[in-house]
Amino acid sequence: MTIKPMTAKEVTKKVINKDELFILDVRNEGDFKDWKIEGENFNYYNIPYFELLDGVEGIMDKIPADKEILVVCAKEGSSMMVADMLAEKGLNVSYLEGGMKAWSEHLEPIKVGDLKDGGELFQFVRIGKGCLSYMVVSNGEAAIIDSTRMADVYVNFAESKGLKVTHVFDTHLHADHISGGRIIAEKTGATYWLPPKDATDVVFEYEPLEDGNDVTIGNTTINIHALYSPGHTIGSTSFVIDESYLLSGDILFIDSIGRPDLAGKAEDWVADLRESLYKRYRALSEELIVLPAHFMIIDELNEDGTVAEKLGTLFAKNHGLNIEDENEFRKMVTENLPPQPNAYQEIRETNMGKINPDTEKQREMEIGPNRCAVR
Amino acid sequence: MEATKVLDAKGLACPMPIVKTKKAIEELNTGEILEIHATDKGAKNDLTAWTKSGGHELVKDTEEDGVLKFWVKKG
Repeated sequence: MTIKPMTAKEVTKKVINKDELFILDVRNEGDFKDWKIEGENFNYYNIPYFELLDGVEGIMDKIPADKEILVVCAKEGSSMMVADMLAEKGLNVSYLEGGMKAWSEHLEPIKVGDLKDGGELFQFVRIGKGCLSYMVVSNGEAAIIDSTRMADVYVNFAESKGLKVTHVFDTHLHADHISGGRIIAEKTGATYWLPPKDATDVVFEYEPLEDGNDVTIGNTTINIHALYSPGHTIGSTSFVIDESYLLSGDILFIDSIGRPDLAGKAEDWVADLRESLYKRYRALSEELIVLPAHFMIIDELNEDGTVAEKLGTLFAKNHGLNIEDENEFRKMVTENLPPQPNAYQEIRETNMGKINPDTEKQREMEIGPNRCAVR
Repeated sequence: MEATKVLDAKGLACPMPIVKTKKAIEELNTGEILEIHATDKGAKNDLTAWTKSGGHELVKDTEEDGVLKFWVKKG
């Protein structure tokens, strides 16, 4: 039997379509426990590849012959070796092309909806890491928000549609992934915007993103209003696009809210976070579609793969928006927080431009899931 | 540290450093030490886990100019 590569894009399709897949993950136990490919109908077996060097006889009873099988490792090599061994036993198997490295970097652009006067809004789902970024498109122009470091994906996407990137935004100084914002701005000549309160230590030029800014993309009526909503970081800013979409950054997620501790200031910022969620957001239309900068679990994906929900629905269902007691709220966001994201301090410094690690190092820094929310 | 044998696994990508290490250590006697040179960053994580699961001991590891060196005592 033969082995064939399966791309991260193909696996993403299976996640969105809720297909069945059996994943044989041959990374070390700790790596697998920390972070794996998530799919509603995926089944898993984890055994490090080095336990299989003498053969796969010992695990054949764990591998279902009637299911599609994908072997996964960190970079690709070991999964190919194990897939070969399984093929020799008569199985049809695939290996993940580029391994978890490729999985971490895959971005799936999905259209969220049409804007008034002909524009479109796209969500770029970084399925392996849970980062969400956006492209607003209107009349030949594009704005990109909370981009990941895979700058070329956005630039190529814009080029393929004949768009000129004119504005690039970060809703806040990210601590869990490296922003591609500055690089995209350099490549395209776009203006790079960052909340000044998050940018006190940055070493590059930026346009201060402040409450009340209006930015027009194209010559249609797409406006981006900056809504100062501190809490996750001191500068965290939300956008309302086309009176229809609320880009909530890391303040509000579908099933969770932002964590205030990644700059070491949980106690100081908890009151701001509460104010943003319980007062500022309450003042907005419940009809707005919330588009966060992250998702935590695969259940947050809608049928079409997007991560989006009406603000009114979140007010009704999101636990973090329904804690009447201020002390209880304070406790929830400052105690028993999940572990902090991998290398989050170095990631912050990279996003400030203070350090410039090479691509390989950046990859390593971003390994693992994002952890910027509390539930 | 006195190594019985030195394995050059530089330039090899996963899984080869472990494949070669396994072969090399099979040729040693219990208590003897294998010194491994590798450049694949994942080697550290993998060698640590592999020595443990195989009942060997990772006595020491260093990194100089991008070369990872390991000393594994056969168990």
